[in-house]
This record gives sequence, structure tokens and C-alpha cells, in this order.
Amino acid sequence: MAAGKTHKDRKVSPLTESVAVRACLIGLALLFIGAFLVLPLVAVFTEAFAKGVGAYVDAIKDPIALASVKLTFIAAAIAVPLNLVFGVAASWAITKFEFRGKSLLITLIDLPFSVSPVIAGLIYVLLFGAQGLLGPWLHSMDVQIIFAVPGIVLATMFVTFPFVARELIPLMQEQGTEEEEAARSLGADGWQTFRRVTLPNIKWGLLYGVLLCNARAMGEFGAVSVVSGHIRGLTNTMPLHVEILYNEYNFAASFAVASLLASLAVVTLLAKGGLEWRYGHELAGSRG
Amino acid sequence: MSPSTANSTLAGYDDAPPPPRAWGGSWRQPSVLPGFGITMGFTLFYLGLLVLLPLMALIFKAMEFSWEQIWAAATAPRALAAYRLSFGAAFIAAVINLFFGGLVSWVLVRYQFPFKRIVDGLVDLPFALPTAVAGIALATLYAPNGWIGKLLDPIGIKVAYTPLGVVVALVFIGLPFVVRTVQPVLQDLNKDVEEAAASLGASRWQTFRRVIAPSVMPAALTGFALAFARALGEYGSVIFIAGNLPMKSEIAPLLIIIKLEQYDYAGAATIGSTMLIVSFLLLLPINVLQRWSRLRSAEV
Repeated sequence: MAAGKTHKDRKVSPLTESVAVRACLIGLALLFIGAFLVLPLVAVFTEAFAKGVGAYVDAIKDPIALASVKLTFIAAAIAVPLNLVFGVAASWAITKFEFRGKSLLITLIDLPFSVSPVIAGLIYVLLFGAQGLLGPWLHSMDVQIIFAVPGIVLATMFVTFPFVARELIPLMQEQGTEEEEAARSLGADGWQTFRRVTLPNIKWGLLYGVLLCNARAMGEFGAVSVVSGHIRGLTNTMPLHVEILYNEYNFAASFAVASLLASLAVVTLLAKGGLEWRYGHELAGSRG
Repeated sequence: MSPSTANSTLAGYDDAPPPPRAWGGSWRQPSVLPGFGITMGFTLFYLGLLVLLPLMALIFKAMEFSWEQIWAAATAPRALAAYRLSFGAAFIAAVINLFFGGLVSWVLVRYQFPFKRIVDGLVDLPFALPTAVAGIALATLYAPNGWIGKLLDPIGIKVAYTPLGVVVALVFIGLPFVVRTVQPVLQDLNKDVEEAAASLGASRWQTFRRVIAPSVMPAALTGFALAFARALGEYGSVIFIAGNLPMKSEIAPLLIIIKLEQYDYAGAATIGSTMLIVSFLLLLPINVLQRWSRLRSAEV
């Protein structure tokens, strides 16, 4: 085995580093990952069970906690399918046709990623809030969006807007239009072409996008926090419930609810890793 | 979301045929495939309704106020302190991530070690873990009685409830941006060039500095810029660890929320517009960097 001195292991291979250097770099990288990524994850579960399993179960069975779980699922159940339909439609229009202004359109679709979540919430308050541009009109119609469920759904839709489209556009761009054109020339109609030719080609990429979209939809905090109004049992999603419990120094309960979200994150990462490993070549940019 | 998709969105473009300039006066090329009208119509409708109109509301709302009001709100001492903290902490965190993100990518691409696949997957944790969960976990770890805070407290380093805590949270949030942009470039790096450098007598360090680092630099800077941009707007993971003292550890996004809670819509809309303009301005160098990065990796 090569020793730590440079001239010695240069004889072993000039294309890698000495064992000592390698060990140091790996050690430093693992230390960093451990301190910044693993420890927070471990802390969530440790703190969640700090007062025992009984307290954990109580915190989750609490009616207000359950209401927050329900609201989180409702918001995701509306936002994810809508963004899925949008993602497929946008990718079809963008990748199967050539038109002017295409890169501008892609930039606009990516916009919500470069906007702070707080600003995402703010724009809806300024549009639909009591002092907002449409506030008086909405009030006269007796419709409440801000500090109510519709606002939460809108904010969630905004922050998860690009996920599916972003995954599908590069993938469908790589695949081109030949197969679809062949299907058309063989007499398939548009819908058949999409269902029988395009969809099988993009299904794993689609699932990948939906997975990431859903994780963000259920975990979104900043944007939802601005529009929610924090009414317990009514307009609190799980991340907001975590915040309230934490600010009340009810740490064990806060981490108990947080542990559900952390589990969702772990499941998402596992599923994502599995997709990359198994179907990497069918994902955009040939991941995995 | 992984920045690699941002790359590949644009990268996919390289393979596409160059768009013809004239399609008989039409704004799009004729195609045998159906569904352009309905998909494009829906895309524009949905994009406009959900994203563009609300964003315009922000600008319209800011314009309802006089220039004096806007200027006063944008340059109030508390707002300036918040910008300084947001920009400063985001910049420091991005520098730290440039170094450690580069290191992690290098180790993941070049070396073999146990549980490598798990470590690789873990890098995406900040994308998947809800920011509020990350926030309370980091605050608990770095509090004076927390697992890490306990070690740092005796040597006089206070992280939680100080600007340093903001940096820690932003390092957590930004790491995957650097790793996921640098890693693929490092993977595709041609080993022949390194062999050539070695055969010409370069030491490993010289090879790294003169051959590898310049090829990876555009991607690393892209990752840096993406991490910086994300850190600027970050809210959830920061507010729990920051302490949120006005003028000291209060980030700009939090100040927007405080202004909203005080019904100071001029203040909220102004600070919001300022942040929005800055993040749009950041998109430009990011796009240039990504293009440069692609050219660079195509050359090597």
C-alpha cells in the first residue's frame, strides 16, 4: 500500500491521490454530511420520542394535529393533479412544436422557483386580501380566499407550479417527435398518440416529477404561512402546526408532527433514488 | 428542485434543430402533430392566472404609493439591516457550499467508500425535507444545550439566535445546488487530459489546479449562484434558528411578513418588489453561467 508521501504513490497511479489524502477528503466530506444532513434528521426523530411513545401518539392523535394533516392532504390533492395536467400540456406544446418565444416561455414557467416563498404568499395577499386589488370585489361576493383554504391551495400551487413541467420538458425534448409522427401517419388520433406512444415514454419521468411536486406541496411553509392566518384546526397545515407547537415550547409534540413530514421526505428520497437507479435512462438528462 | 434539471432543460436545447427563421409568416412551424392550440392555450392561461397576474399585482400595489413612501420603506434602517443580513449570510453560506459542495461531489465521483449510494441520496435531503422541519431541527441542535451547541458553547461560539445561525440554515438549504451542478460535470470529465498532464510531469495538485478546477469552475459558479439565489429568499429553515432580533438577526423575508402583520402594505410590497427585482437580476448571470458551463464541458 502506498504511504502518505507524494513521490511514493505517484508510482502507484498518477491519476489518483494518496491513500492518506483520499481518507482525509472522504472523512471531511462525511463529517460535513453527518453534521449538516444526518444530525438534523436524527434529531427530529429523537426529539419526537423524547417524552416517550405515549406522548408521541397523543401529539399525533390530537384533533388539531389531525385537522392539519387533513388540510395538508387536501392542498396537495388539489395542487399536484392540476400541476400535473399543466406540466404535461406545457411540455407537449413546448417540445413537440417549434415556435417563437419558446425560451421565454420556459423561463416564465421556471419563475416560481426563483421567487421567495414569502413573496409567493405576499402576491396573493396583495391580490385577494381585504386591502388587495380584488379584495373589495371578493368581499361583496362573500368569497374569502386569504386566511382561508383557497389561499393555502393557491400558494401551494404557485410554489409547486414548475416541478412536473421541468422534469418533462428536457425528457420529451430528448425523445423528439418521430414516434408521434409515425403514430399519426398510421392513423392514430391525437389522444391515442399521446396515450399509446408518448405516455409510456414519459411515465417514469412523470412519476419523478409528481414525487418531487408532492413533497414540496406537503412541506411548503413560507408561502402558506403568509396566506393562512394561522387559525387552529381550520387553516393550519402540518408545517404551520409544527411552528405553532414549537413556539409554544411544546417541543415533543412539535417534533412528533415534524417526524411525519420527515418520514415523507425520507420516503420521497428512497422512491426518487429507486427511480433513478431502476429507470435512470428513462429520466431527463439520463440520471442514475 | 435539483438544479441539474435546470441544466438539462437548457441542455436539451442543444440537440434540438435550430429553429427556422421564417415559417411563412407564422409564429410557429407547421406540424403534423395535433393539440398545439389546446395545450398552448391551457399553458398560457394557467401560467397567466396563477403566476403572472399575481406577480403583476405586487408591482401594481407598490405603485399605489408615492415615490417618497416607496423610498422611505425600501431604505428604512430596519429594511437595510435585513437586506444586509440576507445578502451577507446568503453569500457566506454559498461560499461555504462552494467549498464543501465541491468536496462532496469530488468524493462521490472519484472515490469508493461504504454507504456511498446512501450518502449520494442524502445530498437531496434539503430539497425533500420541509423547511420548517429543518428549521426546528437545526435550532434544537445548535441551541446552547443542543448536541452541537453544547460543544461550541464552552469555546464561546454562539450559533443559535445569532446571524451565524442564519448562515448555518442557509448552508443546509444550499448544499444540493452545488453538488448537483458540479457532480455531473466531474463525472463527464475526460480522464485523458489528466493522464496527459501527469505524463508531462505535473503533480496531482498541479493537475487539479490547472486542469480539473478550470473545467469544473463554470458549473461550480452556477451552483454557487443557484445556492445564493435560493438562500436570499429562504424563510422556513432560518426563522427558528435566527432569533429574529430587529436590526440584528432579522432576514428580509421575515420583515415582509412582519410588515404584513402590521398592515403596512406599502412596506411589504416595497421590500417584496426589491427582493423580486434582485432575484430576477440574478437569473441573468445564472443563465449566462449555465451556457458557459455547457460550452466548457462540451469542449473537454
